[in-house]
Amino acid sequence: MNVVIDNLPAYLEGFGQTLSLLIISGIAALVLGTVVAAMRISPIPALSRVAAIYTELLRNTPLTLVLIFCAIILPYLGSELPYFWAAIVGLTAYTSPFVAEALRSGINGVPIGQAEAARSLGFGFGQTVSLVVFPQAFRMVIPPLINVLIALTKNTSVAGGLFVAELFGVGRTLANENGNAVVAVLLAVATFYLIITIPLGILAGALEKRFAVQR
Amino acid sequence: MSASVLFDAPGPRARRRSRIASAVVVVAVLAVLAWGIYILAQPRESGGITLPGFFDWSRWEKLVVDPEFWGAVGRGLLNTLQAAALAAVMALVVGVLFALLRTSPRKAVRIPTMIVLEFFRGMPVLLMMLFILLAFATGAFWAVVLALGIYNGALIGEALRAGIASLPRGQHEAGLSLGMTRLQTKMLIEFPQAFRQMLPIIVAQLVVLLKDTSLGYIVGYNELIRTTMNNLSSFYGNRYLFSLFAITLIIYLAVNLTLSWFARYLARRSMSGRAAKKIAGPADPNDATTE
Repeated sequence: MNVVIDNLPAYLEGFGQTLSLLIISGIAALVLGTVVAAMRISPIPALSRVAAIYTELLRNTPLTLVLIFCAIILPYLGSELPYFWAAIVGLTAYTSPFVAEALRSGINGVPIGQAEAARSLGFGFGQTVSLVVFPQAFRMVIPPLINVLIALTKNTSVAGGLFVAELFGVGRTLANENGNAVVAVLLAVATFYLIITIPLGILAGALEKRFAVQR
Repeated sequence: MSASVLFDAPGPRARRRSRIASAVVVVAVLAVLAWGIYILAQPRESGGITLPGFFDWSRWEKLVVDPEFWGAVGRGLLNTLQAAALAAVMALVVGVLFALLRTSPRKAVRIPTMIVLEFFRGMPVLLMMLFILLAFATGAFWAVVLALGIYNGALIGEALRAGIASLPRGQHEAGLSLGMTRLQTKMLIEFPQAFRQMLPIIVAQLVVLLKDTSLGYIVGYNELIRTTMNNLSSFYGNRYLFSLFAITLIIYLAVNLTLSWFARYLARRSMSGRAAKKIAGPADPNDATTE
């Protein structure tokens, strides 16, 4: 236990890195994912095709490989992005298709009659989506989106394993330095992750319950 | 989604506009691809030597013609698949066990199980791998397999529990009224139905498991990525780094796309007849899994 208390500043620094990775790439992935989802349902076939291919390719590539691309291949090709931002790019690219799919399945949860009714009232594509479908999809999309963010929190650890000194990276260094207290060191790391993931999970569950009653 | 409800079948003017927009998109995508290819094709300086671009045969030749190389890649892929297969079996067993404990009638069993499940689901698999590796000194292979088995077992357990919860109450009651014990009812009546219902989600989770074996790279298990990006790149030299990356990516995509396609096929088969028309195109079983 002493190891953990002595190294609390290092933990907090790692925790800060994890949080900033989570927040920056979370926001970026939400924006990019929304754009991809909008492309996916748009009337222009080329746009929806491009979005589908993007989703399919990124979802079937392991995160490790995406981050290796950012950490090893990009500098090799001459990019001078600092590691932290390279990790953000990788995490954003990897998370955005999951955001897009969560949004799409939320849209699918709206009964089809709603869209048909809007269309029969003479609404165009933009009006149907923004005034009728999206407001209803929104509430159903929140819990799955929170789940995507929980997954992102856990995925930041891969960036730590490769190159960024966030929580996992700090934990690994400490575990290597304190061979006799590995269990305590790593349990402390786990606790910091749980501080983020469990409240988010409870929030997702509560929102899900609340919205389920309303529909 | 040929006939979306979100917009009309386009008339001549809308079709023309849509064609123009499509052309713009295609041009933009081609421009990005061309830029990427141009960057890759540039010769580059490295340690005083000018290397030809990546489409030059000399950047690939030594790899592609060397049977030893393909042998090593094959062993890497085999290691990946081996860890994934073992972890998948374990995840299913652990999943059934967790679902069983989680739906136990006794509070003293149910609540600790819930806490353990939350714990396993809330922390990164990578951390669990490192923990098993360092605390139990199991070696990298078992660290990867055990961590993936437990973590995905927790997720599959939750899926199975949801499947059991969605069954009509009558199934459980009928089992009991036939004189079966609670365990028998669960194993013989409820699980088979829950399992079938949740099959698409479980298969999708197993695809995720396969992707996650790549975390072995970090804990030192010689799976595909570690083989190519670490061992082979130091054996053949830095100049082949990009070629190795490209080969790894293609192998992963081929394996994963095949499995994802299989997951979708299973979902379609189990949903046939029940699938209603959706606003944004057909549902995808992989939606259910996010990591």
